[in-house]
Amino acid sequence: MTDKDSIISDENIKQFTRTEELAYELRIHEVMTGDVHYLAPDLQIEKALEIFRKERFSGAPVVRDGKLVGLISIEDLIRALREGNLDAEVRDYMTAEVVVVHDYDPVVEALKTFSRTKFGRLPVLDNQENLVGIITKGDISNGLLAALQRDYEAEEIIRYRASHLFEDIVSHRTSLILRYEIRKGDFIHGGNASSNIKRALLRLGASPQIARRCGIAVYEAEMNLIIHTTHGGTLRIEIEPHKITMEAYDDGPGIEDVEQAMKPGFSTATNEIREMGFGAGMGLVNIKRCVDEMRLISSKDRGTNLYMIMYLDDKDDNPKTIS
Amino acid sequence: MKINRIVELINGELLTDNKDYKKEIAGAMGADLMSDVLASILPEAVLLTGLCNPQVVRTAQIADIRAIIFVRGKYPDRETIRIANDENIPLITTTYGMFEACGILHEAQLPSLETPTDKNSI
Repeated sequence: MTDKDSIISDENIKQFTRTEELAYELRIHEVMTGDVHYLAPDLQIEKALEIFRKERFSGAPVVRDGKLVGLISIEDLIRALREGNLDAEVRDYMTAEVVVVHDYDPVVEALKTFSRTKFGRLPVLDNQENLVGIITKGDISNGLLAALQRDYEAEEIIRYRASHLFEDIVSHRTSLILRYEIRKGDFIHGGNASSNIKRALLRLGASPQIARRCGIAVYEAEMNLIIHTTHGGTLRIEIEPHKITMEAYDDGPGIEDVEQAMKPGFSTATNEIREMGFGAGMGLVNIKRCVDEMRLISSKDRGTNLYMIMYLDDKDDNPKTIS
Repeated sequence: MKINRIVELINGELLTDNKDYKKEIAGAMGADLMSDVLASILPEAVLLTGLCNPQVVRTAQIADIRAIIFVRGKYPDRETIRIANDENIPLITTTYGMFEACGILHEAQLPSLETPTDKNSI
């Protein structure tokens, strides 16, 4: 139990969530409140109280000639009130030693300062030490949420732009070609290419069904290149407005009996490969089921070419969905 | 059925920092052979498997699998967890074996999302 707990906690430490990443990426000036109400040091306490009451402040920076000289909080004003010192000046009751952050520091600096000092707000200075804003924990939450929203919109824009690619470019025949070199025995990266292909298809506006079917076909082909070839091979995906042509080719060793290879359950995979979850003898069968057209050309020692074609013409909800 | 309900039922442990813990799961399939999974799983399923490598997550991403349950207390390596986080596919581990874990979920009315093999269709 302790063993596996430690594995998980270790994982958790290493793994940044997007929000944590953003706390490092975002700068304080991007989330702070810039338009700051500040008081002059020689302002009467009575006037300061009046401003606090009207504006519902609980604290404000004290500034002289653009420079921050202190912070005054409602507690400070109450203290002056209790001591009957309404004629005193703000400078007499303010906190002069102020913890500040800088506008180009990452947001995480402010977060650290908040947890270290227990202050609710921090003045923000620029590199000339002029007061440029105030930051609260609420500003940070709002800033992070806004940034996450921008992330989401950015993905939407990529998707939108990509899906208009074919409409924006005029030619007699436009196509987009993706190529991936797949290395023999590279199980660690096995499936990466297919993952990227599926994502690209979705961004280009393919339906989830089409993307899934192409993904499955090309994933089986990718694993075949990893498992069965002599040196690995290439995946070449050509995307056109009306069809997707997926090609997997290698330089050997070739398939001895193509007909036999197409039979469900037939496999030449080793036990080691089977232990990894592959070699069920369903790969080519799966591919055939997923795509509209499949051609397998292979000869011993010359290598194998596998063509998989998916047509995108039949728009009214494809009856051939994978199910 | 929501993922957090599934985790509860099989006394599981979530291994990824997943955000949509309440993601809806339409059903389940159990298999160790990835080609079997690719051949027969319907979208939005949870996959129960004894196989514990990055290919399981890749398979899940390609086949629109919503979550993965590793049976018999198996733990994936870091690379697998990293890919799962990137792809936002929750990983769950349970100490139950394949048969028992599947049985518990099926008894809780989680349907099978494995298409039956039809010899004529192949």
